Amino acid sequence: MSTPKRKIIPNKHPMPHQEAGIRNKNFDEVALGYTEETAVAEAERCLQCKNNACMEGCPVNVDIPAFIKKITERDFEGAINTIKEKNSLPAICGRVCPQESQCEKFCTLGKKNEPVAIGRLERYAADWELARGVKIPQVPESNGKRVAIVGSGPSGLTAASSLAALGYQVAILEALHIPGGVLVYGIPEFRLPKAIVAEEIENISKMGVEIKCNHVVGKLSSVDELLENGYDAVYIGTGAGLPSFMNIPGENLNGVYSANEFLTRNNLMKAYRFPEYLTPIRVGERVAVIGGGNVAMDGARTALRLGAESHIIYRRSMEEMPARAEEIEHAREEGVVFNLLTSPIEFKGNEEGRVTSMICQRFELGEPDESGRRKPVAIEGSEFEMPVDTVVMSIGQGPNPLVQQTTPDLETNKWGNIVADEDGRTSKPGVFAGGDIVTGAATVILAMGAGKKAAAAIHEYLSND
Amino acid sequence: MFKIIKKKILAQSIKLMDVEAPEIAEKARPGQFIILRIDDIGERIPLTIADFDADKGIITIIFQEVGKSTRLLGELNEDDSILDFVGPLGCVSEIENFGTVVCIGGGVGVAPIYPIAKALYEEGNQVISIIGARSKDMLIWEDEMKKISTKLYVASDDGSIGIKGFVTDVLEDVLAQVKVDRVVAIGPAVMMSAVAKVTPKNLPLIVSLNSIMVDGTGMCGACRVEADGKTMFACVDGPEFDGHKVNWELVLQRSKMFINEEAMANERGGCKCQRQNAK
Repeated sequence: MSTPKRKIIPNKHPMPHQEAGIRNKNFDEVALGYTEETAVAEAERCLQCKNNACMEGCPVNVDIPAFIKKITERDFEGAINTIKEKNSLPAICGRVCPQESQCEKFCTLGKKNEPVAIGRLERYAADWELARGVKIPQVPESNGKRVAIVGSGPSGLTAASSLAALGYQVAILEALHIPGGVLVYGIPEFRLPKAIVAEEIENISKMGVEIKCNHVVGKLSSVDELLENGYDAVYIGTGAGLPSFMNIPGENLNGVYSANEFLTRNNLMKAYRFPEYLTPIRVGERVAVIGGGNVAMDGARTALRLGAESHIIYRRSMEEMPARAEEIEHAREEGVVFNLLTSPIEFKGNEEGRVTSMICQRFELGEPDESGRRKPVAIEGSEFEMPVDTVVMSIGQGPNPLVQQTTPDLETNKWGNIVADEDGRTSKPGVFAGGDIVTGAATVILAMGAGKKAAAAIHEYLSND
Repeated sequence: MFKIIKKKILAQSIKLMDVEAPEIAEKARPGQFIILRIDDIGERIPLTIADFDADKGIITIIFQEVGKSTRLLGELNEDDSILDFVGPLGCVSEIENFGTVVCIGGGVGVAPIYPIAKALYEEGNQVISIIGARSKDMLIWEDEMKKISTKLYVASDDGSIGIKGFVTDVLEDVLAQVKVDRVVAIGPAVMMSAVAKVTPKNLPLIVSLNSIMVDGTGMCGACRVEADGKTMFACVDGPEFDGHKVNWELVLQRSKMFINEEAMANERGGCKCQRQNAK
């Protein structure tokens, strides 16, 4: 029996969302997820082509055509099992992966039409399972070898689950009081509900991974002590946690936050529910978020939800903006004002030392710089003053130095990132590293990919013992 | 969970707790701090370690109830537990034989000066301690300080105990009489900045700042401090700084960050200005 040739649907099935005018006043999830019918219809758009180009774009190599095929067959359990062979955080990845620059970028259908909505389908399959209770993968009997993972962000969690699946006894050491790293302190509730993060992490701990919170490696123990005290290998996934500032006058005025502080207060400490939760946040009437990345969008959209007029201040144009198109679009729809080709040169405050305005300068685009993007050039005499009550500096994060400072024989580069090869091997035997601590600030899925590769390298290292 | 083994009321609104935290107690050194969170809705509260006992596995904290979070902490009793207790954080005090060291503790700042004075005393220094409070009933740990000091001076604002006046008045007298090699001062920011004014620039002055913090591991930058014109983080670059180089105006300004929301006030504060801030 031959399958009748289907007519190609050129566009993705749209993702249902909370209305912009409603969601910008709450912290509930923005994207609501496909229904079963939409998921199946979207899955049917997949050509099931032979070259599997989409998989090349996936840092953890999920068998994308196979899981999509199972969705068309309404075998949702089969679909999620296929995903979980390679990805232990599917509900998270389905929400925060930049699919447009990964799997979906290579989709054959996407050459002439919109690609298959792979991310939305991944999310559907993951949520389908979460709603029904997750089956924990069988782990083999312990091989008696122990691995310590420093940091419980996406990279550490992935390394942990991969190693647990190979029979290692794994302990994750997390500095904060809740595991998840950037998934809990950085990415807001409205993009990634914390209950989902908690559930995916719970599933990893059910594989036998021990998660110790409130344990600051570099303070409570050093990497060398971990190796002396019974761990056979250590994986460092401490992320990009050191906020950058511009070093311009007035930056230490009250009301000027790093994006990390602004987001941590809201996401980890739930300051948006102050005073029910005891950690305060103050935004005032107008918030300026400096920067154009995903973190800046998160900051600007959080500020809106706290009741402020919210501005993005970015020194290049829309075209160079590093944030995902979807995030920019969501921010726009919700009412974030974009001030492009603009950057602050000074913050001014009142007698109490609270920021009240910023002096900005206008820019124009010149020749491309080493990043390939056109370089912003300041326009002389273009300075103007903009009243603000809060400023969120979102111009990037560097590596947290605590582990490196206490591990002298661990090679780092001039920015303080740990030097590691493709598989995560560092200059120190038995010590592996991956994710943002090695690459500088990147994405959840790239960090996961690094965790996965390092797990394989650790397995190889410990098998040759 | 971290169990409270002992609770003691030291003065009006100043309480001591011995907390069972054996891993931290083993690692703690003078000058470091911990961050605690009472329960799921709680703030992360940074407190400088007042004492530690590796054998008993205990960290001693002393705090003044100035805002809602410290009041809630004060309501806990022996055998109750604290949900999160993380440390030891921050850099360790420099302890060596400097010669003669003046150790100054103001208000609840006597608590964090204690382990530093003790370590300096055990290292063979002549330790001249000056502790102060608003009044007699607010003075803490006089006996403890006496044990680890070569000489102890007490000052109170109202003269109800010791010398009537500020710790800086005593410091000026001491500096006039004795050759001092180092000064270490912990207390409210106004006190520490006053100490910086009366301490000659060529005499090393160490202060410990208890800035507003969230994570305490260098991640958020809430605890920004300017020292020698450079922005640093109290949590990872401090909490101790060269008192001559600190921008005190900025320290005072940033301590008032959330005055209108809630007092995340100076846990070491004992003076009137800070109690008003807390209201």
